[in-house]
Amino acid sequence: MGPFVPNLISDQLNLVVALLLGLAFGFVLEQAGFSSSRRLVGVFYGTDFTVLRVFFTAAVTAMSGVLLLGSAGLLDTEAIFVNPTWLWPAVVGGIVMGIGFVIGGYCPGTSVCAAAIGKVDAMFFVAGGLLGVLGFAEAYPFVKHFNDSSALGPVKVFDSLGISQGAFAFLLVAAAVAAFAATTWIEKRVAPASAPSLRFARGRHVVAGAALIALGGVLLVLPDYKSRLLARVSGGAYAGAHPVPVMTADELAFRIVDHEPNIRIVDVRSPAAFAARALPGATNVPTRSLFGKEWSPLLAPRHVRKIVVGDTEAEARKAGLLLEELGYENVTILEGGFPNFESTILTPAASAAPVGRWAADVLRFREDARAEIGRLTDAARHSGAKKPKAEKKIQGGC
Amino acid sequence: MTRNPMNPYLAGFLLGMVLLATIFVTGRGLGASGAVKSVAVTAVATLAPAHAAASPFYRPYVGPGKDSPLLSWLVFEVAGVLIGAFVSGLVSDRLALVTEAGPRVSRGLRWALAIVGGALFGVGAQFARGCTSGAALSGMAVLSTAGFVTMLAIFGTGYAFAWFARGLWLGGKAGS
Repeated sequence: MGPFVPNLISDQLNLVVALLLGLAFGFVLEQAGFSSSRRLVGVFYGTDFTVLRVFFTAAVTAMSGVLLLGSAGLLDTEAIFVNPTWLWPAVVGGIVMGIGFVIGGYCPGTSVCAAAIGKVDAMFFVAGGLLGVLGFAEAYPFVKHFNDSSALGPVKVFDSLGISQGAFAFLLVAAAVAAFAATTWIEKRVAPASAPSLRFARGRHVVAGAALIALGGVLLVLPDYKSRLLARVSGGAYAGAHPVPVMTADELAFRIVDHEPNIRIVDVRSPAAFAARALPGATNVPTRSLFGKEWSPLLAPRHVRKIVVGDTEAEARKAGLLLEELGYENVTILEGGFPNFESTILTPAASAAPVGRWAADVLRFREDARAEIGRLTDAARHSGAKKPKAEKKIQGGC
Repeated sequence: MTRNPMNPYLAGFLLGMVLLATIFVTGRGLGASGAVKSVAVTAVATLAPAHAAASPFYRPYVGPGKDSPLLSWLVFEVAGVLIGAFVSGLVSDRLALVTEAGPRVSRGLRWALAIVGGALFGVGAQFARGCTSGAALSGMAVLSTAGFVTMLAIFGTGYAFAWFARGLWLGGKAGS
């Protein structure tokens, strides 16, 4: 499952990867014709919409790929870097860059490409970029306040607009198709002799546009990976086909009292319920959090039996099946949920005198277990709760 | 003979696949202006270390125990861009030391305008935390609000401002 940084690819190797990816980036940008300032600014004068075509196609391709890989469970979309938003600085910065684009004829990436093939104006543009950073640095104390304002964090655009991810993806694809059609029409009007779109065959573009809209339709209904997995393990037929071992409250109590080293109690109830009362040594991981990579060191060892405790046995079964879907092995669930354990071991209802030796033994065992579990719980409370080590975060941005 | 550029939709698809590969392998997007910043920071830290240590802008990047800003992902990526673009220019026979300008713009004016445009990008990319590639394109790919805001601001301003700058790019031979 991607991304491979930081767990599979080290920081040093990542620099080599950067060089190789940059190589491909530069090659494609130059092949697209982005090393020509007159072509680049043509997008603003209606003479040449190459930039819009390449840019929009690239954005739609990459976004669709991220969504499809994420839904298939091949890419952890929560681990990837999402550019945080500083709303007004982004607007002002964009305005300043827009003016710079029209005056300078390049943006930084394209200027590097153009400079690489010998465009002298692009070399001056790169030098100008350095001067701009130096100027900003000197003015930084005065603009710092504004620069740090309206920080919204790594928000997603569909949340900002209040629509679903799929709906936004569809709208973006549809907008791209509409923009391709409209700009081709404009281009042929403004530059009837030299429009690059004169070379496009109409029939093929209708097919391509329809295929793109179909892709948008797929993105519209594409479920995200977590919802898909949760829906799968919640189904009755799935649970029937995938039996999970069940442990009685008595057996679990025995194993706790026995200090068995190779068990791990995973409590999937809400943090509030867990804080109110929990088993000694249990770790609280609500079902939706089981996806987090930070739990992998805790759950991955095969020889350790994972005993899932839920509010109900059904909740524990769902979480247990999810654990197995996520690749963890040796999963057992607690019979009857936590309330059953409570009523059996922790706070048994006062009952009549036991009938027979077996019942008396069971009752004595449960009383001993209650006392020992109480001691262990107190001891655990004093030692404090363990938190998983936070995952190394991926850095990004310009 | 210089070859025509690639079909833009094919180029866009390939560019999108490069960006997707970047996100899939490294978990982050492509960029450009960050490398310019790293070079600027290194230059100041080398030539005027006292100034760099005193400036709140440079301070986070310099000082004992800090790796050189040049050892950053974006610097290596942009070094790759330089090589990749050069190879592309080589195979498509576009290598030439020339200045490209609008028909009514002299070479000297074009250079001055390029410096001004570059400087505006240098400033704007600090506010927006990235430029057309790092903030707009890569941000859009991961559906970041900042990506779309930056993209709309860059291109919206470009269209609003283009009319005033038409003398820089249009005119002369019709349609050229």
